[in-house]
Amino acid sequence: MSVLGGVGIRTSDKLWRNPRILLALLLVPPLLWLGIIYLGALFALLAQSFFSIDEFSGLINYELTLKTYGELFRAANMDILLRTIAMSSVVTLAAALISFPIAYYAARYAKGRWKAVFYLGVMLPLWSSYLVKVYSWKLILAKEGILNWLFETLHLSWILSAYLAIPGVGGNSLSVSWTGTFLVFLYVWLPFMILPLQASLERIPPSMLEASSDLGAQPGQTLRYVILPLALPGIIAGSIFTFSLTMGDYIIPQIVGTSARMIGQAVYQFQGTAGNIPLAAAFAVVPIVVMGVYLTIAKKLGAFDAL
Amino acid sequence: MTLAVSFQAVSRHFGQVRAVDNVSIDIAEGEFFAMLGPSGSGKTTCLRLIAGFERPTSGQVRIFDKDISQTPPYRRPVNTVFQDYALFPHLNVRDNVAYGLKIAGAGKAERHTAADKALNMVALPQMGSRKASELSGGQRQRVALARALVNKPRVLLLDEPLGALDLKLREQMQSELKSLQRQLGITFVFVTHDQGEALSMADRVAVFNEGRIQQVGTPKDIYDSPKTPFVADFVGSSNVLPANVVERLTGKLKTASLRPESVRLSQGGVDGKVLSSAFLGATTRLEIAIEGAVISALLTKDVEVPKQGETVSLVWDADALHMMDADT
Repeated sequence: MSVLGGVGIRTSDKLWRNPRILLALLLVPPLLWLGIIYLGALFALLAQSFFSIDEFSGLINYELTLKTYGELFRAANMDILLRTIAMSSVVTLAAALISFPIAYYAARYAKGRWKAVFYLGVMLPLWSSYLVKVYSWKLILAKEGILNWLFETLHLSWILSAYLAIPGVGGNSLSVSWTGTFLVFLYVWLPFMILPLQASLERIPPSMLEASSDLGAQPGQTLRYVILPLALPGIIAGSIFTFSLTMGDYIIPQIVGTSARMIGQAVYQFQGTAGNIPLAAAFAVVPIVVMGVYLTIAKKLGAFDAL
Repeated sequence: MTLAVSFQAVSRHFGQVRAVDNVSIDIAEGEFFAMLGPSGSGKTTCLRLIAGFERPTSGQVRIFDKDISQTPPYRRPVNTVFQDYALFPHLNVRDNVAYGLKIAGAGKAERHTAADKALNMVALPQMGSRKASELSGGQRQRVALARALVNKPRVLLLDEPLGALDLKLREQMQSELKSLQRQLGITFVFVTHDQGEALSMADRVAVFNEGRIQQVGTPKDIYDSPKTPFVADFVGSSNVLPANVVERLTGKLKTASLRPESVRLSQGGVDGKVLSSAFLGATTRLEIAIEGAVISALLTKDVEVPKQGETVSLVWDADALHMMDADT
């Protein structure tokens, strides 16, 4: 046996006798990475939000203060927060509604080749560039775009015009309306809702549905009292993605939609051109707090009881 | 006699596989009926046809003289105890038991009272607020039973309900199920692959093989007078003697079954050579080669066990040799 092999064997013998050392060797590097890069950056961000900016000099004042958080409550900033939270909620709700039948079909009925088709169909859009997808949508939704053309060909332009005339959701064309922003968000984040939902639906044993039916429940009642409660962890997992991704995004509302800003755009501008890093940090803390509150409520309501 | 369940020439095919092949059975009201067979013999599919999880490819399933072949499971007067119990993990034990009542529209107080009563009946009082995952296998089994019985079904279906329990618990549950059935007077239809369970619990047994019924009868009928070599072998592992051996012994050209416990060692019988012996506790099993066949014999404690290779003489009563038809 070679010398090198002897050393290798002796080391592996030693590690076998001291499994804790092996565990430490395996865990320390990723924990350092997680601790320093992830959590460290997060705490740096949190710290920034407690500083303030001197309005005359534009320099950062390093005294701890809640003044920056106070600024979030100004009408203009409050608008941004509420608009973003509303958009995230609507996108999440719509994603859950659209995902459920697709995920249910994939979990219950798709077998073999059709399962592969399902995974490809859901994942394929994730493989192409995010920017390409968003710009494609801008073209689809534009006044000269395919959607308008379709409505015109079907002589249904009046429906689209009537819809675009609704204040708030409408606008000159879909590509410069909140509806447009919503549609693009929905499209881009949908896979992140479908996949966890499908995983949670797949874990429900078929005998559970038979038992419900056997005990007198019609399909609708089985859906309400058995399938939905058991799929709830998956829905929550998916909504964490769709909710937080929508809250933090600054590219989609930039390209498709109105000029009114969302949190991501505000952070981008305050830390860039405006040089107001404390306010940018305070804005960035909002999604974290919202997610925390959301998950606490979900846990209180028993969303994770079936885990 | 009222028929609780009646199969009329029922078949259920899955593609080329004939899971259930032209089966006709009548199950009387109040009967404890067992469907016995190896896995893949069609017994579970028959149970699912009664519950409504499968629909017959042809034939008719009738419950209390009503054709229910086109009735969905939630409108059938039957309830099922599932093999994996299928308790709802997001509900506590009481809400699991009360599920059927909640669906039927019972008020909260009413269904909690009924659920607690049902839990009492299966000897699980004060377990209502536990989660199903905190219970042992035997306890889950009782909850599944209570959950089915609380709806007062006219027929209770049990799919290998004792399969996951250890031996001691299984024996205890066997006698409890039996006395529960007597006390409630409900028709029980019970699927099992364990012949001992079927014989000890059921009023009547249907033996299944490859989607067909081999024999229906009382446990005594099935054991003493097996109709086919399959039944003889599957129920109580009999010696199935080929026709040429039987012809030499009796003059009749027929396949015959001979129970190992009917074989005695005594002078003046059929000579054979001992191949092996196995100590089973109360008895000892001998494998003995006679001309053209190997016979097992069960010896009681008081008989001296012959050595391997020794020549012995085997005798049995004339009626112990039971003539059979070929397998259907």
